[in-house]
Amino acid sequence: MELLLQLGFVAFLLLIGWSIGGATERRHFSALAKREAELRDILVFNERRPPEGIAFRNATLVMGSVVIGEDYFKRFAAGLRSFFGGTLRMYESLMDRGRREAIVRMKEAARRQGATMVFNVRFETSSLSADAGDRSGVFSAEFIAYGTALVRR
Amino acid sequence: MELTNLETVPGKTIVRHLGLVQGSTVRSKHAGRDLMAGLKNFVGGELKAYTDLLNESRAEAINRMVAQARAVGGNAVVNVRFSTSNIAAGAAEVMAYGTAVEVR
Repeated sequence: MELLLQLGFVAFLLLIGWSIGGATERRHFSALAKREAELRDILVFNERRPPEGIAFRNATLVMGSVVIGEDYFKRFAAGLRSFFGGTLRMYESLMDRGRREAIVRMKEAARRQGATMVFNVRFETSSLSADAGDRSGVFSAEFIAYGTALVRR
Repeated sequence: MELTNLETVPGKTIVRHLGLVQGSTVRSKHAGRDLMAGLKNFVGGELKAYTDLLNESRAEAINRMVAQARAVGGNAVVNVRFSTSNIAAGAAEVMAYGTAVEVR
């Protein structure tokens, strides 16, 4: 009986993770697509120096960051998947979401400065889980994107 | 104080090179934030409390770096880089570093 209750509880969490987590992810992706379309006129480069011959008024450091966590279902599915190895698709979408969100926020910061270009863009990702060896810790990661916003003279 | 992660400040000339400056801070998530994030962990998505926490830390790290740059007589920091590391359970170090210069 107790075992059944525990199994039921896990199944309930899986269902919540799968339904709410899945819906959140789909909503996030469609919101991202819309915001990316709005910010398309801000050009982003990872070149280290702006081209010669264009005069710029000012340069400011801009950045965007976001912390994204996995849901219960992803964690469970990834656990199963890593037993056999191979591509962890549930984590790929998580990383994709995080990085795109960071870029969008960086572009929004650039727009607030009145800039149309961001140069020398760098990415950084760091895991915020308690410990690498801690199985109880849930995986979450911080994504940052930063660069120098330039306003043309 | 101008901050940039380019090697130069566009439209200005570097007249003096003042060396590496850095600022860092270590913050931990407070219990209330951790609890909410713990609940959020079942459904996934953005953990807003942590995003804000790390942004505050990064602003503090930048402030400390700028203070150092000012102390050595700089008016700009070029080649700024950030790094974050997870040093203990629930605590993260956020660091900003760059080269202090004088521009004209």
